[in-house]
Amino acid sequence: MEKNIRVDYIARVEGQGELTIKVVDGTPETVQFGIFEPPKFFEAFLVGRDFREIHELTSRICGICPVPHQIAALRAVEKAVGIEVDEYTRQLRRLMNFGSHLQSHVLNLYLLAAPDYLGYESAISLARDNPELLKKGLKLKKLGNDIIEVVGGRAVHPVSAVVGGFTHTPSRAKLEDLKDRLREARRDSEETVRLFSELDLPDFERNEEQIALTRGGEYPINEGTLKSTGGLEAGEDEYRRYIKEVQVDYSWAKHSIVEGRGSFMVGPLPRVNLNYRVLSDGAREAAEAAGFKPVVHRPFEALLARAIEVLNAVEQSILIIEDLPKGKAVREDAFKPRSGFGCAVVEAPRGLLYHAYKVNDKGLVEEADIVTPTAMNARNIEEDLKGYLPTIADLREEEMILRCEMLVRAYDPCISCSVHVHRA
Amino acid sequence: MRDKLKIAVVKMTGCAGCQMEFLRLEEEFMDLLEKVDIEYFVMAKRENHPGPYDLVFIEGSVSTPRELEELRELRRRSEILVAFGDCACTGCIPSILNWVPPIVSSRVYEDFTAIHSRKESFQRIIPLAEFVEVDVHLRGCPPHKDTILEVLKAGLLGVKPWLRLHPVCVECKLKENGCLLTSEHRPCMGPVTAAGCGAICPSVGRICEGCYGPMSDANPESLARVFMEECGLSKDEVVRKFRKYAGAARAFLKVAGGG
Repeated sequence: MEKNIRVDYIARVEGQGELTIKVVDGTPETVQFGIFEPPKFFEAFLVGRDFREIHELTSRICGICPVPHQIAALRAVEKAVGIEVDEYTRQLRRLMNFGSHLQSHVLNLYLLAAPDYLGYESAISLARDNPELLKKGLKLKKLGNDIIEVVGGRAVHPVSAVVGGFTHTPSRAKLEDLKDRLREARRDSEETVRLFSELDLPDFERNEEQIALTRGGEYPINEGTLKSTGGLEAGEDEYRRYIKEVQVDYSWAKHSIVEGRGSFMVGPLPRVNLNYRVLSDGAREAAEAAGFKPVVHRPFEALLARAIEVLNAVEQSILIIEDLPKGKAVREDAFKPRSGFGCAVVEAPRGLLYHAYKVNDKGLVEEADIVTPTAMNARNIEEDLKGYLPTIADLREEEMILRCEMLVRAYDPCISCSVHVHRA
Repeated sequence: MRDKLKIAVVKMTGCAGCQMEFLRLEEEFMDLLEKVDIEYFVMAKRENHPGPYDLVFIEGSVSTPRELEELRELRRRSEILVAFGDCACTGCIPSILNWVPPIVSSRVYEDFTAIHSRKESFQRIIPLAEFVEVDVHLRGCPPHKDTILEVLKAGLLGVKPWLRLHPVCVECKLKENGCLLTSEHRPCMGPVTAAGCGAICPSVGRICEGCYGPMSDANPESLARVFMEECGLSKDEVVRKFRKYAGAARAFLKVAGGG
């Protein structure tokens, strides 16, 4: 028997993607996660732009994760022109990115993913029966956005992060206010972990390679060493040596593979698996209580890992504010051009994000290269679907479609990000 | 006045930042649902309805024939069409592409023709108003959430939304910031940029980068001269500043180095 599954426009994910699946007698023959989001050619038009504006421009790759794009661009450019930032800047950038992970994760968990498991078409419909649940999500999401705003001057596309530091220093009063709200948010975050540990997440398992940053005793978010469940260990400068890209003819996003092996997963599940020991105390306890035992290879449990990271982001943010050293503001034009090459890997909410730039002695970009987490995950999503489909082949077609969408949503793809990858 | 507004939120070539700003109406969201029926919003809903709508927010510019067809259809099905954010209004950052020779963009995809044959792209970033009548231009990258509420309220009341087209300088003065342009000779875009953000950049010690596009009667030639004569910018640097958020806007086209 032949089943054809077609989703023209996948709902409750960011951006424009489609699914084309053909299953014959329970065996998947075609599985395509197509991305028809129009490409924006960032790598092309960044050429000739000034090194001090690259993070501002690349912020516009994505409205959900502008913060990691800014930080990846800033760190890559700073390496290229030889700038080292102080500990104050480093910690403020971590705080801003934890805020970014918090708002993005909560958006996925409460507004995009949860309705599937609770039997609703959207969080808006869910809110009619259970307004408190949506309110809780919106409150946590607002906290993430407010962290970004206090540190970066604006929640979507922050403005005060610049090459070499920040143009203003958030006041102690505002940071203290955030800290109070973060402490209060612990309870809602713990409940989030509980909620997702109690949902009926499919136990489909596939032994894929998972890659995340690691960094000694620190939960890595803006810098670290690449590490995988398959034995990969490499510095960020070696990213391009181990990860290759291939183009497929049905998608504007290129696919990433580990050289000589195959597809891989990035995101909350690899991060929690590979950094379990350095989760905040509360997050690790909540993970234990939820029965999360690394290494987890069940892709639907990315939702649980994401919930654990909500609590982790809240607690890490408290620690950063408590220990924040003193620092000074810098001007957006404080640093002079120098030629060089620099690359950086950061953790965006959806996983690794790679930026690399070659800058000339006038400070203008000569080459730009960006690989985003959703582009990295694209091939792995297809491989997961291929493994998952035989287990649901007996379901009604409508239910199969929903299940496939749920698997895609567990990855929280950010499709706008995925469509501009440079030459392999 | 309408009891309830039927709206759609649609994404074209953009970054979803405007939709994210819409979803940043966190404190207002529950009340909003009392007055607004969200009929179509693929990022937030699985069941989406084809309209007709009272009001449609369109985020993003047009860069493919598929989008152009959708835009024309949305115009037919919507009473009020809102160009939602800079990409829709002026092309925003991606419009820098319009000055890049195609040979450079072909380097992004080594086998461009394979994709090109299936999913056509204009390889140009085009604001909505080039193709259809736009009722409301909601500027900003992203438009501040309060301006989104203003458009929704105006839609409910059946009046024109009050959006600020005076320069950022007005908001900056109200915040009692020192002027970065006249007192520090830094190349601030405030004098030619539409207000609405609350002068956030100068308020955090940074020059305005112009992310709300041109104000109502901007004089970019004059500001370009000031940048060169008083801030020490080269001609190329001036061109880059205007060829950024709104290089494709008519008001900036000359200084942005367009034809």
